[in-house]
Amino acid sequence: MVIAIGFEGSANKLGIGIVKEGVVLSNPRRTYITPPGEGFLPRETAQHHRQNALIVLQEALEEAKIKAEDVDVVCYTKGPGMGAPLVSTSVVALTVAQLWNKPVIGVNHCIGHIEMGRLITGADNPTVLYVSGGNTQVIAYARKRYRIFGETIDIAVGNCLDRFARVLKLSNDPSPGYNIEQMAKKGNKLLKMPYAVKGMDVSFSGILSFMEERAQGLLDSGEYTPEDLCFSLQETIFAMLVETTERAMAHCESSEVLIVGGVGCNLRLQEMMGIMCSERNAKLFATDERFCIDNGAMIAHAGSEMFKHGWKTPWNETTCTQRYRTDEVEVIWRDD
Amino acid sequence: MSSELEGFEMMKQGAEGRLFRGAYLGKPTVVKERFKKMYRHPDLDEHLTKDRIKAEARAIVRSKAAGVRTPCLYHVDFNQRRLYMEDIVGSVTVKKFIKDSLIGCSDEEAMVKIKPVAYEIGSIIGRLHAHHIIHGDLTTSNILYSLSESSKIVLTLIDFGLSHIDNSAEDKGVDLYVLERALLSTHSNADKMFPIILQAYKKANSQESKTILAKFEEVRARGRKRTMVG
Repeated sequence: MVIAIGFEGSANKLGIGIVKEGVVLSNPRRTYITPPGEGFLPRETAQHHRQNALIVLQEALEEAKIKAEDVDVVCYTKGPGMGAPLVSTSVVALTVAQLWNKPVIGVNHCIGHIEMGRLITGADNPTVLYVSGGNTQVIAYARKRYRIFGETIDIAVGNCLDRFARVLKLSNDPSPGYNIEQMAKKGNKLLKMPYAVKGMDVSFSGILSFMEERAQGLLDSGEYTPEDLCFSLQETIFAMLVETTERAMAHCESSEVLIVGGVGCNLRLQEMMGIMCSERNAKLFATDERFCIDNGAMIAHAGSEMFKHGWKTPWNETTCTQRYRTDEVEVIWRDD
Repeated sequence: MSSELEGFEMMKQGAEGRLFRGAYLGKPTVVKERFKKMYRHPDLDEHLTKDRIKAEARAIVRSKAAGVRTPCLYHVDFNQRRLYMEDIVGSVTVKKFIKDSLIGCSDEEAMVKIKPVAYEIGSIIGRLHAHHIIHGDLTTSNILYSLSESSKIVLTLIDFGLSHIDNSAEDKGVDLYVLERALLSTHSNADKMFPIILQAYKKANSQESKTILAKFEEVRARGRKRTMVG
């Protein structure tokens, strides 16, 4: 029975989770929230993680009702993500591992999302849509790798949403995307905006500039309400995501979809993906905010899968990296 | 909503719509029906579907003029959202051809079979781009492989829904990038195929290939160097 502890801090969430053989024992999290109109910057975010790390660690251990010596392996996010928050979080993980004398595993953040999604939903071999503040990828497993079939060629979908929320000065609490989702429910007038699908790839930067340039004018003229703009943005960019996911499914002849990543808890996106799936007799798997949004348990779970198959990160390789692509990791824990 | 297609049988559901096989005016025909996608806003769906039917019909005709084999276009039915096209009898997708070539063969043996096909892929894309046609969704599923009566390799390009006309190096570079990515994720021998494709591409589109390939490298770097925060 492998007990793994996972440390996640690649963006503005700090999470520490403990997982025992696929059962989440604890998964506390803190989010660094910035004032409306502002995004999170590396230095302040790292500071937030440093200030909260020990409190969250204590919570994780207490809630899991385990002692340090029960832990078999310490896992941390190696990347991708923001440099300073990644390093701040990994320092805590590495220190703990030294104190407790436990092996360490550096985990790819994206792999953490995928494996946690598979664990929670029971999806077997899904086409994965990974959507968050920093990533937008359509992924499918083949030949011991999670291969990237499609991705954004510029900014991530969550980044587009976050920055649009800044244009409207929406609150970042609990997250800009959540507030856009709530506003969008009250909108109904569709604004025509760029729609950028290139094969299985998507592009969001043009849409963002379009909105940044026009939003104020459209609101001032009374033609559109802020709710309409949120609605239009969601309808357009989610349609792009569903379309590229469908294209990848057709290409790989897959009949399962798994949505992971922070944007994945958006219910409208889940609804749209669900309709697409029913139109082609496929099955949708999605999780809620506990596991969609960055958390420690996903790092612990992916790490313990790696650990069980003999993976250990040597001390001289326990570094962090801002760029770490999903397909760089050899998936030794899957036999198919 | 949509009227029955008499005498046609559903082949499969692709990414863009449903495909039916049958005869139209006595000819073997494939009908591509872009049915209403209920997941997206009706206005957006209407607008995208119209655009894509138009783009596909236009590109099929233009590609033919550029010397690239495409299915003959028989009929466009906007109301039913249908395109009637020639059925390339006896063809398989290049994706299937490559996978089948690898069965029971060593990589080297398979490459002997795949090489001429890869070369042909490069030259048709080169010709396409020389005429400023951007395909928009180049994958091995969207190229059909068949043999002519004289046993020559014939490749037919399909699925032009995302195509457009543009003479910019950027769009052509992205087109190549989309193909490279699709190859890498689908085929284990992509790293051997892609250089052959590029080699043929340079030959078929000799005038612009230098600027396009420079742009292609740039688009590639954008992908690899993106920090992917979060």
